[in-house]
Amino acid sequence: MSDQGRPSAVGLLFRQINYQNRLFVRTPIAAFFTLVFPLIFLILFGALFEGVDVAPGLEVDPAQFYAPGLAVFAAVSATYTNIGIGVTIYRDEGVLKRIRGTPLPRWVYMGGVVGSGVVVAAVGALIMLAVGFLLYGLEMDIGNALPAVVTFVVGVASFSLLGIALAAVAPSGQSAPALANATLLPVAFVSNVFISVRNNPPAWLDLVGDIFPLKAFADAFFSAFDPFEEASAYKPWLLLRIGVWGLFGALVAVRKFRWEPSTGAGGASGHRGRRGRG
Amino acid sequence: MPAVTVTDLKKSYGTVRAVDGLSFSVGEGEVFALLGPNGAGKSTVVEILEGHRTRDSGKVTVLGTDPGTAGQGYRDRIGIVLQEAGIERELTVREALVHYGACYSRRRPVDEVLDLVGLTGLGDRRTHQLSGGQKRRVDLALGLIGDPDVLFLDEPTTGFDPSARRHAWEMIEGLQDLGTTILLTSHYMDEVQVLADRVAVVVDGRIVAEGTPDELRGNADSETLVRFRFPEVDPNSGPVVELLGGLAGRTSLRNGVLEVYTEQPTTDLNLLTQWAIGQGGALEGLEVTTPTLEDVYLGLIGGDHGAGVEDV
Repeated sequence: MSDQGRPSAVGLLFRQINYQNRLFVRTPIAAFFTLVFPLIFLILFGALFEGVDVAPGLEVDPAQFYAPGLAVFAAVSATYTNIGIGVTIYRDEGVLKRIRGTPLPRWVYMGGVVGSGVVVAAVGALIMLAVGFLLYGLEMDIGNALPAVVTFVVGVASFSLLGIALAAVAPSGQSAPALANATLLPVAFVSNVFISVRNNPPAWLDLVGDIFPLKAFADAFFSAFDPFEEASAYKPWLLLRIGVWGLFGALVAVRKFRWEPSTGAGGASGHRGRRGRG
Repeated sequence: MPAVTVTDLKKSYGTVRAVDGLSFSVGEGEVFALLGPNGAGKSTVVEILEGHRTRDSGKVTVLGTDPGTAGQGYRDRIGIVLQEAGIERELTVREALVHYGACYSRRRPVDEVLDLVGLTGLGDRRTHQLSGGQKRRVDLALGLIGDPDVLFLDEPTTGFDPSARRHAWEMIEGLQDLGTTILLTSHYMDEVQVLADRVAVVVDGRIVAEGTPDELRGNADSETLVRFRFPEVDPNSGPVVELLGGLAGRTSLRNGVLEVYTEQPTTDLNLLTQWAIGQGGALEGLEVTTPTLEDVYLGLIGGDHGAGVEDV
């Protein structure tokens, strides 16, 4: 038996991030949808649209548009979707209830969830960009690397908080995947992720994209790869729009988050599909 | 100083009084059981002691602190084994113990804990490959990894088959040797009889009896329980009333079975057999036994909870 005094919060936080990463790599379906799924899109789009302008007036090589767009999509899957679904399943299974009874500070648990989401998001985004550079001639002005990183950090931090908010409002682990996809996929289609909506889209579609944070994230990130961008690749207004959503997510999480399974959901582990989509 | 004190604890959910003026204390190193039917308020009491539920009124201390306002430092000194707390299926047993152990300031060596709960050799197995009973052992191991001063065990064997229960009891008896104070809830009389130093029987949020298992049995030792299927005659008819009135013991009729708790079994049996022969019948399903603690318990929670009880 040993008494080392209370462990330090920073040490525990790194432990939690490590632990969440381990849970992620041992959940193949989550790894597939986060890392492989966007990659398939990238390869498909690369083959389908080779030599085609992305949109009238956006005369860039498709990879120049799709690689950053799908990097953002992978990052959002790694944070918003994975956190929203994963945390809800752990609540259903009573894992959160157990954690609440230990001396682990709650913010350290959440820090581990977010920290791991950021790590996985970075891995996903790097894979998309690496494939873009290696296979599709993606180009980037090296001076834009830092703005891209800043945008990325603001984006994944905000979408992590939105993921926790999703877990806070999702009634059960069974409904969480549906909720995550129903809120993410339609928005993704109007947010310059899968297709470009830059060229005179209908006003309402433009508005829908502007309300949600994904288009701001995709646009700000793309600006670091846009060969025609003449202004700075720092987009403070877009970052602000993303950050406001992150704060909204934090607010919902603080007000609504529960550690106990909803009645009837607890204990019935083992027979539900884990992280299955839709 | 007692490890746990609870004084006049009250908690209502809406108009339902879940805990209604409950008081008890648990000494250091003692195994104390809250025994009662489902919905008696046991789990609410334990959740208040764990610091996970607020109370309406009353005084509560565990290890000298009030769980309602205590922080993470308090959880560092207690262990909680809940009824339905999941384990990450992606982890091995050892990984889970190392991971959870890391957040305590004191921790027991992982192998020692594995031995203690009977999981020797299963440390490298993924938790989702374990049987239900083995998972429960992991629950207990996770409750012990931080070397707690007080361990809360919420219905540790509910849903176990008889042999798994025996094993669990042996494990918990092993913990007593470590000097850990244990507060346990159960709705099994035989369980608390084996495990607990002291028992409080809780019904409708109140303690209706408290003492050692032996004390609870009270004068049951000196009594004999005579039990048989009562013929389908009107219990209010003259001869029956006269018969029952003539018996030395207390009688009750449950589900068509007459029970007589008596200190004079020979005389009472004589009266009953004569009556049966006089009726040209027999005492169907006759049993003559010493009442068990189970009988005492059922008598205590009787009234509202034992189905189909009626006094004669």
